[in-house]
Amino acid sequence: MFWEQLLNGLTLGSTYALIALGYTMVYGIVQLINFAHGEIYMFGAFAGLFLASYCGVNILVALLGAMAFCMLLGMLVERIAYRPLRGKSSRLSALISAIGVSIFLSTLMVLLAGTNTRRYPDVVPNHTFHLAGLDFSLMQVIILLFSAALMLGLQFMVKKTRIGKAMRACSQDLDAAYLMGINVNRVISFTFAIGSALAAAGGVMVGIYYNAVWPYMGTMAGLKAFAAAVLGGIGSIPGAMIGGISLGILEIMGVAYLSSSYKDAIAFGILILVLLIRPQGLLGQKISKKV
Amino acid sequence: METLDAIISQYIDPYYLRIMVLIGINIILALGINLITGVTGQLTMGHAGFMSIGAYTSAILSMQYGFSYLAALLAGALMAALFGVIIGIPTLRLEGDYLAMVTIGAAEIIRVFFLNFEPGGKAVGMAGIPQHTTFITVWLVALIIILLNVRLLNSRYGRAFYAIKENEIAAAASGIDTTRIKILAFMVGAFLGGLGGGLYAHYMYYINPQDFGFMKSIELLNMVVLGGMGSIPGTILGAFILTLAPEMLRIVSEYRLLFYGALLVILMIFRPNGLLGNVRLYDLRKRWWKKEVETWQS
Repeated sequence: MFWEQLLNGLTLGSTYALIALGYTMVYGIVQLINFAHGEIYMFGAFAGLFLASYCGVNILVALLGAMAFCMLLGMLVERIAYRPLRGKSSRLSALISAIGVSIFLSTLMVLLAGTNTRRYPDVVPNHTFHLAGLDFSLMQVIILLFSAALMLGLQFMVKKTRIGKAMRACSQDLDAAYLMGINVNRVISFTFAIGSALAAAGGVMVGIYYNAVWPYMGTMAGLKAFAAAVLGGIGSIPGAMIGGISLGILEIMGVAYLSSSYKDAIAFGILILVLLIRPQGLLGQKISKKV
Repeated sequence: METLDAIISQYIDPYYLRIMVLIGINIILALGINLITGVTGQLTMGHAGFMSIGAYTSAILSMQYGFSYLAALLAGALMAALFGVIIGIPTLRLEGDYLAMVTIGAAEIIRVFFLNFEPGGKAVGMAGIPQHTTFITVWLVALIIILLNVRLLNSRYGRAFYAIKENEIAAAASGIDTTRIKILAFMVGAFLGGLGGGLYAHYMYYINPQDFGFMKSIELLNMVVLGGMGSIPGTILGAFILTLAPEMLRIVSEYRLLFYGALLVILMIFRPNGLLGNVRLYDLRKRWWKKEVETWQS
């Protein structure tokens, strides 16, 4: 029982982590809480659904297709709604702009697809593995492996490549990075693209795993993922991974052992408790205030 | 007052009357957010939580314990203020987006609590709340609140609020007890949230935990940011525009929210500091006297 719940929590947590990464990367560079991120995740789920049901592709193509689509969508949103505000307005106006985008995108999806909950066609065979006394469904294995691969890939990109170095430079000091000849706008655009692609992957996998896709699925998932990013220390990439996974596990454990009617309250309760003890999150850096 | 209401409802269409009442309630709620976020600079994104506490407390008191309208409203507002203090205490340690997350989380916990709250009818909500709130009561309360807000912001406390927003360290160095002042801001803001919630419950006749979700908090915060942070006239203007906008956009029916979302983005691109950002009543008065006014960017 306990180990099965742990496995379920790990699965849910990996998807939270994928969404949280987008929040934390964008926050690390432009200090913006991208409230439209949950809607990008929802668009990813729908793009995958479209590919799987109308083009009959397999799960890998659906995942990659949705990721590519959301990359473009993320860059478009950044170009239209955030770039014009950058540098000349307070962070709060950018936040309101993000909320505007979020309302726009979810309404757009309601108009396109209706408010009904939709189901994925059977893209993944209902196969169960037995390993070490545990039952793994094939979808759980796919979620765990694919998320791990994406996170490792991201870590490699940030640490070892040229664009990753540029991203780290921008997150330290945007102005200094600009003076060093880094094309800051391109780096920010790229960050949105990567974050959106990760969210899309999460969306498709959650859509298949829970067999439900609907236009408002992004709101609560986005809030939980933001909570995960803050829990891990916002701006920190490993923090988002750890925050997402631990939030997923704690939530599933809370539902299993405490009460299912308080499911949504558990995640936020834990978050508040952790922040009271460690105000900068689990892996966040404490910034001492200077006068 | 009742005769006045009767006269007004004779001459004004019920639909417009309803919008005017909602504008009044939203002004009270938005002024609470303006005090916490606009004036003191502490980002709160969970004001609907305070609103629901006020709404439920006053509704239960007036329906099941026979409290009078005024007593129920006050009790609801005081209960919300108490929660404001409880939630305000973490602000001692948290800043900026971490604080925003805690307020979102607290509001979600309050919502889930009411979803499981037996006396509040759980997810079904409460119906049959006496409809005491009228045009006159709302606007009377709103006017009193606006005047008190103006007085508060021109007082010693008001200057302390602004000082914390501009520079907390400098404020502390100037002898302001920043902790106490921040909690005070949260308390008064939450009080207004609870008051607005109570007025809302006694107008709507029916309340439900889903009325006070995250989107409600965001809608209220939008009013303050759109109107201009820290500005009382701005907040009032923001409440007017954002209460009217969804109604005016009814002509585009199902595209309503699409336009609303786009409107927020466009307004933020062209008026990043809000419509009346950094305009205070005091400055307006000076402008009318044709004196030089300094406005500043923050």
